[in-house]
Amino acid sequence: MAADPETLNLLAQTMAGGTPQSSALGFRLISVSEARGSIEVPWREDLVVDPDTQVIAGGVVTSLLDHTCGLAMAAAASSQPFSTATLDLRIDYMRAAAPRLGVTCEAHCYKLTRTIGFVRAEAWDVDRSDLVATAQAAFVLNRPKPETSA
Amino acid sequence: MSDPALELETFLQRAPYVRFLGMRAELAGDEMTAILPFSPHLVGNTFIQALHGGVIGAFLEMTALAQLSVAQPAPRVHKTIDITIEYLRPGRALTSYARADLRKVGRRIANVHVEAWQEDRAQPFAALRGHFLLSGEG
Repeated sequence: MAADPETLNLLAQTMAGGTPQSSALGFRLISVSEARGSIEVPWREDLVVDPDTQVIAGGVVTSLLDHTCGLAMAAAASSQPFSTATLDLRIDYMRAAAPRLGVTCEAHCYKLTRTIGFVRAEAWDVDRSDLVATAQAAFVLNRPKPETSA
Repeated sequence: MSDPALELETFLQRAPYVRFLGMRAELAGDEMTAILPFSPHLVGNTFIQALHGGVIGAFLEMTALAQLSVAQPAPRVHKTIDITIEYLRPGRALTSYARADLRKVGRRIANVHVEAWQEDRAQPFAALRGHFLLSGEG
């Protein structure tokens, strides 16, 4: 079921900056479309794990992947009221991001059943053909209970 | 001989992102407990005041890296190869604790399991399994 652009847009605004953690990390929405979402996190000095390398922390990339997967999930299921919970999130780190660079992520909910959404995501710093990390996630979809007469 | 408490303190102090999370850790012998006090900026769901899934994942990952820094001191932070995070319950607006179990520490690769809980150790709210690439000896 296709969601109208207005719903997607509202959803995107809520998802990108709407949670305290995503605004604390400085997440910026890039785009949202049917079953897809993209968010970037700019580099910041306090988000580094090793001051010698000045590379953004893996934990920040973890948050970005999780959040963007959630956005794609929401964009896929936006035609009906629902809430989601992450079941699991698998992340492969191909390489560290380049020093003093932010990371961009795109996620796609490639399959949505009545109860489960399957999402893949990719994260890169400069060039999408040279990835920093990939993720695979499963979400459970909680739809409001139908009326008891149903 | 390295001093585990010193290695841990060095690891925690050096990482700005650890301070961003507000994470700390305590050592009892060689057993480390990571502690993440609740803070409003860690929230990912304001309706139920639940911790952000990414924060939970990051806390588990940093716990694994901190425990590795104690067991395998190195001048550089060990690198994460892959992690799988299992979300068992919502992370509530409470202090979280985590402990890492170094299942196998090889010459180059370590396999680590981590479990996190809040009020009841027997009711973990999240778990992590991961592989880490060990940096060379310091």
